[in-house]
Amino acid sequence: MSDKDKKNEHGYGTTGHEWDGIEEWNNPMPRWWVWTFYATIFWGVLYTIAYPAWPLVNKATGGLLGYSTRAEVAQQISDVEARNAELETQLASADLTQIAGNDALQNYAVQGGAAVFRANCSQCHGSGGAGVQASGYPNLLDDAWLWGGTIEQIAYTVRHGIRNEQSPDARWSEMPAFGTDEILTDEQIGQVVHYVRKISDQDHDAAQAAAGEAVYLDQCAGCHMEDGIGDPENGAPNLTDAIWLYGGDVASLTETIHDSRFGVMPAWSAEYRPAGGLSDSEINAVAAYVHQLGGGE
Amino acid sequence: MWIYLKPALLGLITLFAALAANFARDLSYQVHAIIILAVAGALFVWSVRRIDEPAPVPDQTAYMDDVIRAGVIATAFWGAVGFLAGTWIAFQLAFPQLNFEFLQGIGNFGRLRPLHTSAVIFAFGGNALICTSFYIVQRTSAARLWGGNLAWFVFWGYQLFIVLAATGYLLGGTQSKEYAEPEWYVDLWLTLVWVAYLAVFLGTLIKRKEPHIYVANWFLLSFIVTVAMLHVVNNLSIPVSIWGSKSVQVFAGVQDAMTQWWYGHNAVGFFLTAGFLGMMYYFVPKQAERPVYSYKLSIIHFWALIFLYIWAGPHHLHYTALPDWASTLGMVFSVILWMPSWGGMINGLMTLSGAWDKLRTDPVIRMMVVSIGFYGMSTFEGPMMSIRAVNSLSHYTDWTIGHVHSGALGWNGMITFGCLYFLVPRLWNRERLYSLSLVNWHFWLATIGIVLYAASMWVTGIMEGLMWREVDAQGFLVNSFADTVAAKFPMYVVRALGGVLFLAGALIMCYNLWMTVKAQPAKAAVMAPAE
Repeated sequence: MSDKDKKNEHGYGTTGHEWDGIEEWNNPMPRWWVWTFYATIFWGVLYTIAYPAWPLVNKATGGLLGYSTRAEVAQQISDVEARNAELETQLASADLTQIAGNDALQNYAVQGGAAVFRANCSQCHGSGGAGVQASGYPNLLDDAWLWGGTIEQIAYTVRHGIRNEQSPDARWSEMPAFGTDEILTDEQIGQVVHYVRKISDQDHDAAQAAAGEAVYLDQCAGCHMEDGIGDPENGAPNLTDAIWLYGGDVASLTETIHDSRFGVMPAWSAEYRPAGGLSDSEINAVAAYVHQLGGGE
Repeated sequence: MWIYLKPALLGLITLFAALAANFARDLSYQVHAIIILAVAGALFVWSVRRIDEPAPVPDQTAYMDDVIRAGVIATAFWGAVGFLAGTWIAFQLAFPQLNFEFLQGIGNFGRLRPLHTSAVIFAFGGNALICTSFYIVQRTSAARLWGGNLAWFVFWGYQLFIVLAATGYLLGGTQSKEYAEPEWYVDLWLTLVWVAYLAVFLGTLIKRKEPHIYVANWFLLSFIVTVAMLHVVNNLSIPVSIWGSKSVQVFAGVQDAMTQWWYGHNAVGFFLTAGFLGMMYYFVPKQAERPVYSYKLSIIHFWALIFLYIWAGPHHLHYTALPDWASTLGMVFSVILWMPSWGGMINGLMTLSGAWDKLRTDPVIRMMVVSIGFYGMSTFEGPMMSIRAVNSLSHYTDWTIGHVHSGALGWNGMITFGCLYFLVPRLWNRERLYSLSLVNWHFWLATIGIVLYAASMWVTGIMEGLMWREVDAQGFLVNSFADTVAAKFPMYVVRALGGVLFLAGALIMCYNLWMTVKAQPAKAAVMAPAE
């Protein structure tokens, strides 16, 4: 047993118990601790009276303040909507080409469009809109447009998407897989690759390129045009600039011509995406945003 | 009877495991069946070969310390494994290229993250709790562990649980409940082991020679009982097939979420708080050689803590499908929990009154004091983060990760290190530790590591919380998610470096403990009798 007469500097003894040499002082609980504990309990009681808290048989107490997290969020959303209501109505029915002339509307559309873009588009096109080079995600900052760069064309592309099954009006074109489908021989593909490198001002084999010109005019010019500048009506890229969706090196070009590519963009309109689709005004906003990024026509 | 029953039972398990390995519907289950087949088969052969040998009769008046020695080794081993896994995945977050293509499906962050959390909480923390509780309950009851070799069953059974859980995570056997990832058969096995643990602990308490039950044992008993309850309820599920690892939860939707966080929060409350307070209540007064500060405080804060903790879980589900009333109650009970949590801090720190000079001379006590400091800090931070308005900023951010780690590294880690430094010389009968200066190195590496970790996570957590909610004048979100990820990069590197320091400290500890056993002279043998 421990020494019952032992006292600490505060004049308290021990409880008189001992376990493996451990004793316990009979010190009182610190007053500040006790009072803070009481204060939190007191606060807790008041708080549960004020807010929804105690479960009863059929429902819980609602609290004197009538607070609800859902109502709070709904209120915040409706506040913002009320504040923006006028611009929102204008935007939903706006003539797209007129937005830029209306400073207030343009500002609203670009800011709102930027938010839509970050949430929905940035996963592929990058949060700055620069795309992912040579990986099939187009850069939206330059003035090369596969399907046209006017604000109306951009809005159409966002609304219906590209090569998807959702919208019957999706932008659609399909380059043949010239190798896989045995339209061209490997030799011909090699020739046309060098021809494409020639018209895009890259290093090439002159003899092959010369031979490839005939193949190009026969097979490719229908969409990419005789001079190779492409055709936004068919989503056919310009082959004469330095911008390559899937890469302009020999290997990438060979793969593109041999196997074809089939880049897909979803249709973003809520009409085709019941869950998480964009409203008309959101589509207009994101079109206005993308249009003013630098390359809009 | 038992010596014949045991091989028969082991034979049946071996046979069943062979069938299971054959009929297995998924890889995780198959690998587990093979592990069980190997373990049960080896034990079968071993028990058959020993069937005619007389069983050794241990000295019933001595403490049963072999199993504790094994537990100390397991604690140090799993600690190093868990810290290594944590450091590695911290680097994976900073540098995603480390999710190597050839390791997809095994070595990517998603598979390694539960491996890290379980290794640290259940393997490192669990072994620390089991071995220290066996040590404490024997000393403070003046009684040998009850149940003979049952304590060994608890030890090895728990290691098997760890191996099954860890390999399951890597191979995709998970029920996707945080901190309760192991699938149904692993849960059943852990239940069996845990009941045995409870029996050993309770049996020892019941046959104690002391008139009263020491406060450390209250905490440890509450930890064992509550964890059993939490584990069973949260893992209620129906296996899809007896030959596969998949199972379907009994609860669904928000009920499942609430059960999960009732479990998850009280895993923190009873596993990482109550259990470790039990360790603190024994080892701090022993190392400080001072009486516990206040008996009254220990009673009040014990009952307040275990009563309040169990209600606080809903604060993990603020602003979700959970009804507002449950969310309010979770928050209120969390805030009221602040002082009961701090009761343990006060009792721990004030136990040093009159012995503060030891902080200068004894790095082990310094470690314990810092751990109590981190305990106090995280038990203040926790109630604060449970407040709805604070939570709306902190939830889903790295702030939570920082909070958890200041508790886990600071409180659980440091107090466990202190206990290991206390235990090893005593259990292996050595005069002293191999090197106090290495303890000092460990102390500073770990402390600086935790500070780097917690500070970087505060910065990045609050930053990403603010970025997520940032809206412009017209109410539009300003940042994309990828922007917030990119902004966190420097802090992720700092966090990973903090992990490196903490891991380095732990490895130094392992070396120091190893050299203590290997190189220090044995003390003149004075066996302390249990009776």
